[in-house]
Amino acid sequence: MLTFLALTSVALLGIVPEQSQAIAIYTGWERHALVGSDIRLSCSFFSWRWTSEDVTFSWTYRPDGSRDSISIFHYTGGAAYVDNKGPFRDRLEFVGNPGRRDGSILLKNLELNDNGTFTCDAKNPPDIVGRPSSVRLLVFEKVPIQAGVITGAIIGVVLGLLVLIVVIYYLMRFLVARRVFSLSVSKHGKKKKEGSQQRQLWTPPPLTCYPLP
Amino acid sequence: MLLLLLGIIFLHLAALVLLFVSTIVSVWTTGESTTSDLWINCTTSGCSPASTGEWIQSVQAVMILSIIFSCLSLFLFFCQLFTLQKGGRFFLTGTFQILASLFVMSGAIIYTVMSPEWVPEGNSFGYSYILAWVAFPLALISGLIYVILRKRE
Repeated sequence: MLTFLALTSVALLGIVPEQSQAIAIYTGWERHALVGSDIRLSCSFFSWRWTSEDVTFSWTYRPDGSRDSISIFHYTGGAAYVDNKGPFRDRLEFVGNPGRRDGSILLKNLELNDNGTFTCDAKNPPDIVGRPSSVRLLVFEKVPIQAGVITGAIIGVVLGLLVLIVVIYYLMRFLVARRVFSLSVSKHGKKKKEGSQQRQLWTPPPLTCYPLP
Repeated sequence: MLLLLLGIIFLHLAALVLLFVSTIVSVWTTGESTTSDLWINCTTSGCSPASTGEWIQSVQAVMILSIIFSCLSLFLFFCQLFTLQKGGRFFLTGTFQILASLFVMSGAIIYTVMSPEWVPEGNSFGYSYILAWVAFPLALISGLIYVILRKRE
């Protein structure tokens, strides 16, 4: 899990001196969601100390375009306190596991006004020096189409049809030459270079420079 | 005879160059200080990627397809020039060139009809858009000439 990976990566860097103990907090970088859906914002931390009983998690929210943060969640002393007055009242739920250093919250029924930055701050006494980590939430009305998806799809379909037509054409020529189909030979072959080769024994002309896929 | 050949090739190349410029240079719409579409929007302060709507992506796709078909048509013309029998017609070349012109036409029409959705009022069409409309009849005429032309000598 995350703590194990963090431990091994730090161990590879060498022995960490005693003074530089700091708590490292991990959230996502950016989260996308649709209006009306639920989203889980994860927050976990790495600390050299064992998880103490006084571990605290707190989440603050700063709307897009605003400079003020509002505190929306706090976990301390074994109890979780969710927002009951602010923009997320009745929409916030604590789904984390403090014993496993997980302080994730669940936001329900997202609105367009919920766009903003969510900051998670965790403290694991006596390891309290650390930098909070932020995750940006983007709420969309409908899933935006990535640039180039439709372009590539149209080009692919048309070129695929072209290749298909070429393949079918050569297949038909091959099958007529093998007498599988009894098409009238004089009608077959739009290429004028075969126009004069209307014989019973019809050999396909050499395949020169027609573009093959 | 050689003059006719050179003229036809020149017409085809002119249409192809117009298609390239129209597709690559992103000036389908111009405002007072902005140029935008098909690929990037630029203002005096910097450039950003163009809006990713469905219609602009379809215009991009259709313009790229027209370039591809026109290049294929040129390649096929040289192939058929040396392999066609006497009296033969350049049907394949003409078909591809006419398809390329139809793609340009549909791209320009889609852009004309749909661009008011994302282009603000007061912006006018830029020179890439005009080049697309000029490339359409050039490519169409070139394709029709190929269909009518008969190989002699």
